[in-house]
Amino acid sequence: MADKSSANAYWAANVRIILISLAIWFACSFGLGILLRPALSGIMVGGADLGFWFAQNGSIYVFIVLIFVYAKMMGKVDAEHGVEE
Amino acid sequence: MDQFTLNLIVVGFTFAIYIGIAIWARAGTTAEFYAAGQGVNPVMNGMATGADWMSAASFISMAGIIALAPAGGYQQSAFLMGWTGGYVLLAMLLAPYLRKFGKFTVPEFIGDRFYSKTARLVGVLCLIVISVTYVIGQMRGVGVTFSRFLEVTTDTGLYIGATVVFAYAVLGGMKGITYTQVAQYVVLIIAYTIPAIFISLSLTGSFLPQLGLIGSYAPTGGEVSMLAKLDSVVTELGFTAYTADTTNMFNMFLFTMSLMIGTAGLPHVIIRFFTVPKVADARSSAGWALVFIALLYTVAPAVGAMARLNLSTTFWPGAKEGSAFSMPALSVADIESKPELAWINTWKATGLLAFEDKNGDGMIQYFNEPKALADANKAVAAAKKALADAAADADKAPLEAAVTEAETALTTVLGTATLGDKTFAELGFSANEVTKVDNDIMVLANPEIAALPGWVIALVAAGGLAAALSTAAGLLLAISSAVSHDLIKGAINPNISEKGELLAARISMGFAIVVATWLGLNPPGFAAQVVALAFGLAAATIFPVLMMGIFSKRVNSAGAIAGMLAGLIFTAVYIFLYLGWFFVPGTAVYANTPANHFFGISPLSIGTVGAVVNFAVAYGVSMVTKAPPAHVVELIESIRVPKGAGKAQAH
Repeated sequence: MADKSSANAYWAANVRIILISLAIWFACSFGLGILLRPALSGIMVGGADLGFWFAQNGSIYVFIVLIFVYAKMMGKVDAEHGVEE
Repeated sequence: MDQFTLNLIVVGFTFAIYIGIAIWARAGTTAEFYAAGQGVNPVMNGMATGADWMSAASFISMAGIIALAPAGGYQQSAFLMGWTGGYVLLAMLLAPYLRKFGKFTVPEFIGDRFYSKTARLVGVLCLIVISVTYVIGQMRGVGVTFSRFLEVTTDTGLYIGATVVFAYAVLGGMKGITYTQVAQYVVLIIAYTIPAIFISLSLTGSFLPQLGLIGSYAPTGGEVSMLAKLDSVVTELGFTAYTADTTNMFNMFLFTMSLMIGTAGLPHVIIRFFTVPKVADARSSAGWALVFIALLYTVAPAVGAMARLNLSTTFWPGAKEGSAFSMPALSVADIESKPELAWINTWKATGLLAFEDKNGDGMIQYFNEPKALADANKAVAAAKKALADAAADADKAPLEAAVTEAETALTTVLGTATLGDKTFAELGFSANEVTKVDNDIMVLANPEIAALPGWVIALVAAGGLAAALSTAAGLLLAISSAVSHDLIKGAINPNISEKGELLAARISMGFAIVVATWLGLNPPGFAAQVVALAFGLAAATIFPVLMMGIFSKRVNSAGAIAGMLAGLIFTAVYIFLYLGWFFVPGTAVYANTPANHFFGISPLSIGTVGAVVNFAVAYGVSMVTKAPPAHVVELIESIRVPKGAGKAQAH
């Protein structure tokens, strides 16, 4: 790492992406799956209510997408800051 | 060919594959033994992580844990979200930076980042407590799975399993384990999904069990959804609705969080990400791991719900198309004579299912006894037992009077307590006659219920064994590398040669297998509780210290040590208060009931609070002590960027 300010900018970009990802991670599992389930009981996903579906299946799909999107975005950020392998 | 021979052939064939892989993937260096030479393709590593992660409990028990929970299936979603959500944390907060660090064990990172041998040793202590408690259950699972499918005793099964693990783990180390786990994943996922597809097709007409879960109930023409049908059947039988809301949202929240951060903090999972070539691979490999885990974890709730519905409609044939009580209960004569019901007696013989025609009406009534009825039945049984146990010359009159009194009380309850809109006297039921439904039967009996060919049953046997063996091997590697690399090379003999260390690693592995086998043969009687301890401690010790080590430049050695110890002690003490000091029966301070829990937090969920304690103590102590030295700040800056990871440094 040649230059300090570039290193700081790289790390700040990483932390920003992580915070956004974890906000979605929290909203799907703890939010829709647990805390908001009673309030959203009228919305159905097929034969299950929204909260039940997110708790048993939906949040797992979101987790997978989050990790791959994170990996892809970080690949781009790595290249922009010239720190890729 | 009979089922037993078929089981032997299929299981024997898979074992031959595992041993063959081990001989092909022999480890020649410590880098290969600890981290498979850091040359594992990220997709392959994801598959191996899936097998490593999914234990006998995930494969055999989880669907039943969800399906048969007294509080309903929804509340158990904590397991589904908790055991998958942790991979998001791993992928973003831990795995890439630890891969960049490029060494072999979790305690080694703790020791270098916190520039302290003490911190490294505290890390070793936490790792060994977590992994040893976890491995006991796995070795037990190996023995039980063998005994169930291959008609040997649990102990014999344990010896066979330990021998197989010994062969490929000692020979191949992480390299052998990784490629064996890939094969084991393929076996276990095929074995899990084939029966699930058939049960989904028959109940919902949907090929994908994930769509079947939210699909419609096929036998009545698809008017109602499968879950609505399940809710109506189980509530008619007096059980809590399957999709009922949780009664303690706060505890469910904390439990899910504990499982997530516990998952991210389990050493045997973390070290899997040391095996890929690059930092970017560590990120994507976590995604692949979750894809392979999700193939089972999104099917499990569907299997659970459908198997529960199947079980209910088997005992109440009327429930298939109408209400449960529209037709009589399943008759004993049908169980004995109808070939499609032969599985009931098969599983009765294993002890996983038990029933008894208590009122002698020739039928088996299955329902949830209300408390008043359960108490009255217990009182009658106790009074009868007292009469039967009385000495020959004792005065029997008062005992006989007690029996009559209890029976009168029971008659009163039967006349007043109701199921639906009828009293038990009107229904003609006296007691629930299905006295045991083991969690495991929800997965194990599926191939027979769906009338699948014998080779599918044999495949499920091989799948259960693959799940148990792969997890045991991963844990044993985490333990043996902590012993040979962190204790022997790190503390006792730093000048040990590469060859010497490889030999030490193999001996540690052999020793770990012997200890784990012994513990599996003589389980300390608290095998069920220790899972809570393993996840709670991983959440309260390893996860916070690793995360702070990466994301903070200010947390220092004093803070890290104080934080780990505070998390460890706080969590362990809270668990011990309810489950007994060091799990010794009878030493619990409080009864383990929700009413006694502080703020309703069960011992299973305390890891989240332990993690908060760890973070708070570590920050507090670091702020009032000296900042880390310059070379540590440089280390932190270097692990934060992917460039220059390369091969692992041997030290």
